[in-house]
Amino acid sequence: MIQAIVFLPLLGFLIAGLFGRVIGPRPSEFITTLLLGVAAVMSWIVFVQVGFGTGGYKVVLANWMTSGTLTVEWALRVDTLTAVMLVVVNTVSALVHLYSIGYMHEDPHRPRFFAYLSLFTFAMLMLVTSDNLVQMFFGWEGVGLASYLLIGFWYQKPTAVAAAMKAFIVNRVGDFGFALGIFLVFVLTGSVAYDAVFAKAAPLASQTFHFIGYDWNAATIACLLLFMGAMGKSAQFLLHTWLPDAMEGPTPVSALIHAATMVTAGVFMVARLSPIFELSQTALTVIIIVGATTAFFAATVGLVQNDIKRVIAYSTCSQLGYMFVALGVGAYSAGIFHLFTHAFFKALLFLGAGSVIHAMHHEQDIRHMGGLQSKIPFTAAMMTIGTLALTGFPFTAGFYSKDAIIESAFASHTPGQTYAFLLLVLSAFMTSFYSWRLYFLTFTGAPRWGHGAHHNDHAHHHDHGDADDHAHAEPHGHGDHTPHESPIVMLIPLAVLGVGALLAGFIFAGPFIGAGYDAFWKGALFTGKDNHILHDMHEVPTWVKLSPFVAMVLGFALSWLFYVKNPRLPVALAESQPILYRFLLNKWYFDELYDFLFVRPAKAIGRFLWKKGDGAVIDGLGPDGISARVVDVTHAVVRLQTGYIYHYAFAMLMGVALFVTWYMFGGAH
Amino acid sequence: MPTALASFPNLAPALPELLLALTALVLVLIGAFRGEQSTGAVSGVAFVALVGAAILVVLQPSATAVTFNGAFVVDAFARFMKVAAIIGGATVLLMAGGYFQRIGESRFEFPILVVTSTLGIMMMISASDLIALYLGLELSSLSLYVIAAIDRDNTRATEAGLKYFVLGALSSGMLLYGASLVYGFTGSVGFAQISAALKGHGSTGVIFGLAFILAGLSFKISAVPFHMWTPDVYEGAPTPVTAFFAGAPKIAAMALLVRIVMQAFPSITAQWQQIIVFVAIASMGLGAFAAIGQANLKRLLAYSSIGHMGYALVGLAAGTSNGVAGVAIYMAIYLVTTLGTFACILAMRTKDGYVEKIDDLAGLGRTNPGMAFALAMLMFSLAGIPPLAGFFAKWYVFVAAVEAKLYALAIIGVLTSAVGAFYYLRVVKVMYFDEPKESFEPMGGILQGVIGVSAIFTLFFWLYPAPLVSAASAAAKSLF
Repeated sequence: MIQAIVFLPLLGFLIAGLFGRVIGPRPSEFITTLLLGVAAVMSWIVFVQVGFGTGGYKVVLANWMTSGTLTVEWALRVDTLTAVMLVVVNTVSALVHLYSIGYMHEDPHRPRFFAYLSLFTFAMLMLVTSDNLVQMFFGWEGVGLASYLLIGFWYQKPTAVAAAMKAFIVNRVGDFGFALGIFLVFVLTGSVAYDAVFAKAAPLASQTFHFIGYDWNAATIACLLLFMGAMGKSAQFLLHTWLPDAMEGPTPVSALIHAATMVTAGVFMVARLSPIFELSQTALTVIIIVGATTAFFAATVGLVQNDIKRVIAYSTCSQLGYMFVALGVGAYSAGIFHLFTHAFFKALLFLGAGSVIHAMHHEQDIRHMGGLQSKIPFTAAMMTIGTLALTGFPFTAGFYSKDAIIESAFASHTPGQTYAFLLLVLSAFMTSFYSWRLYFLTFTGAPRWGHGAHHNDHAHHHDHGDADDHAHAEPHGHGDHTPHESPIVMLIPLAVLGVGALLAGFIFAGPFIGAGYDAFWKGALFTGKDNHILHDMHEVPTWVKLSPFVAMVLGFALSWLFYVKNPRLPVALAESQPILYRFLLNKWYFDELYDFLFVRPAKAIGRFLWKKGDGAVIDGLGPDGISARVVDVTHAVVRLQTGYIYHYAFAMLMGVALFVTWYMFGGAH
Repeated sequence: MPTALASFPNLAPALPELLLALTALVLVLIGAFRGEQSTGAVSGVAFVALVGAAILVVLQPSATAVTFNGAFVVDAFARFMKVAAIIGGATVLLMAGGYFQRIGESRFEFPILVVTSTLGIMMMISASDLIALYLGLELSSLSLYVIAAIDRDNTRATEAGLKYFVLGALSSGMLLYGASLVYGFTGSVGFAQISAALKGHGSTGVIFGLAFILAGLSFKISAVPFHMWTPDVYEGAPTPVTAFFAGAPKIAAMALLVRIVMQAFPSITAQWQQIIVFVAIASMGLGAFAAIGQANLKRLLAYSSIGHMGYALVGLAAGTSNGVAGVAIYMAIYLVTTLGTFACILAMRTKDGYVEKIDDLAGLGRTNPGMAFALAMLMFSLAGIPPLAGFFAKWYVFVAAVEAKLYALAIIGVLTSAVGAFYYLRVVKVMYFDEPKESFEPMGGILQGVIGVSAIFTLFFWLYPAPLVSAASAAAKSLF
């Protein structure tokens, strides 16, 4: 069954990719979606079997390569961690496939789109079922490639192409670290298979590694290099710049890749390699600091963004920071639990945003929305659920997982935990604020569409910002200018994810992080013997337990005050604090900083090498000179090929004479 | 006489060879009685017999078997090389029918000669003494002389055949002279006995003999400086014949070269190693440089094959088990890539007939994207660009050379492959960036199949290299 789960998406990719043009868009959509649906159902069966039944197993498919002492197998490793990821990946992917049938129905290149989606799913499954680091790296690069293809899917759009390249290049930085980490692990343990590596991991904590004149702790260096890969893929602080730009891709892609699955690969990797990470206190501290900083930084930027997808993108970035904090304090299961619940409500929010964009005819600026609640009531209801879950409203999915992370940050003894705890509570407040800001600006208040920015022909009918704008617009709207609810294939995924966002936390909190922990995970996650975080986090003081809830309520209240009660306030605030506002609006100037630090010097070096180095030196003396000599040699050799048989025979006899002469005089005796 | 009965040789190890010999005899009779109209049937039976022989080879027990008083040996190495050689012969047979029909030279002798030549090739691969070696070599060579000139109304083809015959006779003479010297100085013809007689030291006479034997075999694999016939024969002979020349006989001669130096002369490794190193460097260099100026695709492939034999010899020069495994992998990948490339050349047919200039490929990327992509992959593979199969072929032999501390050889190999990449890439450039010319006639299913299989093999070899690599290492181990 596990083979079917992994290879059905590949089959879908091959069918849609190779024969998409022959069989047409409709069958391509249908086949890929159906295959993914089957895979998703089977994933849930495997999840129940593994998590609540017999436990994990391993399927060896083939010997991939053998080189010296390096043996790499194609194998599928199925344990609870894999099963959780299978459920997340396949469920969201199947729903996104279904949703895309509606969302992409006007696009002429649908077979290609569905083929890429299935390719991505296959690569992601390869990643989560990997049994060794090389296979994981294969899946890792595979999802990177599929992500690149999908961000740049609308290749006529220059911004999309630029965003695709940015994502690819920023990820190269992380992948470079990841690859070095794999090499180091192989050097230290002599293997890349998880079981063998974990078995030999324990001594690494005290082992040192000599490099550029210093002795480094082997475990720390290996973990930091591996974590560098996770930072790139999971868009953590300093390597986060590609994620918001990736929103240039179609919205279902954002939901699948840049919210629910691929960006969590880094979290999955750290959890999978917990036996190594658990050995290095230093590395865990770095993870906590990076995670908490990301959570805080992304939340602050999210406060002022105006593009509906970018707000959610920064929210994703921030939530990934939460997950890393959980991993850093040793509460791996809390991190994975948040990954699990986050997949539901973030996919829901993205698909809901997609539904809004669909309704508004590709308008993405929330300043041009408003009052949509009565136009698209179902989408609005689902977005409410998603927002509640994201902000951690009691008994929704986010409530269980996010609070668990904040409590574990408080209970931890790892250095850096106080910093993390404070930033996470602050971030919870800001999360609540920007989420409700998004909701209020989009769905409530007076409509700000139908005139102004781009429907100028309507403008003279209206008084600016008047309440009856909405009533006025409807009767004379030319059908396609009125927001309309999305087709049923787009609403079904929203409903399914809505149910998940409401109930996933309530149902699964017990096995993931509560009393059922040991029976559920069955050792798939490793915790050191001094690591009692899962016990401690349930015994924190009451004020700690209450703090995220209070932060959420305050955020909601402030948001209501700003965007419902008194909409002049935020404008006034922004005007009174222009520097802070612009700092946040420009995302802490990271893009400008990187442009100044890396891009421009690289271009300058390139220009120097091109003008001076290449033009003056190389063209004068280098390859052109060499290639001229090559041509001379060619002419000389070809001239020997006269076509006369006695010349050929002469050459052969000279050859033998040469052999023999060499023996007599120069050779070894 | 009971003793005579007891010494009747065990025929089981030679079963595939016997099958081919009998088939060839029967087919000669059929052809003689039925004449030209039997060509199709003869060709079909010959193909079936080759496939049957390959199956028999695969089914042979895995233990090493020796028969005919030690003259004939079947071990893992022999089986590996035989299967490769038969694949080469059988594929050419499949592709040749349509070609000869179109040029109006459909003769029943061609399939029969391919069978007898393959028989000789298999005997070479299994030869374990000097006499069996010479028998197999001559059987395959005599068939090849005739095949080269089979298009007898074409002056270029007859010239090529004659050149090959005269130079081949010269090389056979050298080989025979070398064999007689070795026999004279060691007193035996069996490889094992020669090796035993040479323990500790090699007299000058034996080394003289070895030099002549290596010269004779170098001619067969077209290594420098015994390569001169190759471009002329490749260009002059009909394309299916060239495809055959490029595959099976080279595999046989390379296998024989490996076997004779590993089993008969292991105690004078230093002496033969220097010859192999010299030949390898000269072949790689000439293959890389001389191909650059060529306009004819077949002539280009002639120089390319010279270069590739040089790379394969790098593995042999290492003289280790890994090196021999590298040679086996190299030959197998070389065979598949070359067959695919020649299938592409056979598909180059316009309304006016077959063409073979590089410029005739102009704009193929637009007129026939499938074929252009396949040919581009094959060219990249021949150039050794990762992750295609050709990269792994070079990788294994270079690693073996580095392990054997032949650093200079490995570095020269990498440099020449960089130079060589130029002319392969030129083919790709012509296909994709030049203005389209007349498009080709649609090709038959067989050619599509051969091109498809070889392109898929080169493209996806990296995904699952283990079967070929483990078979090659098992083959190499059986020689040590």
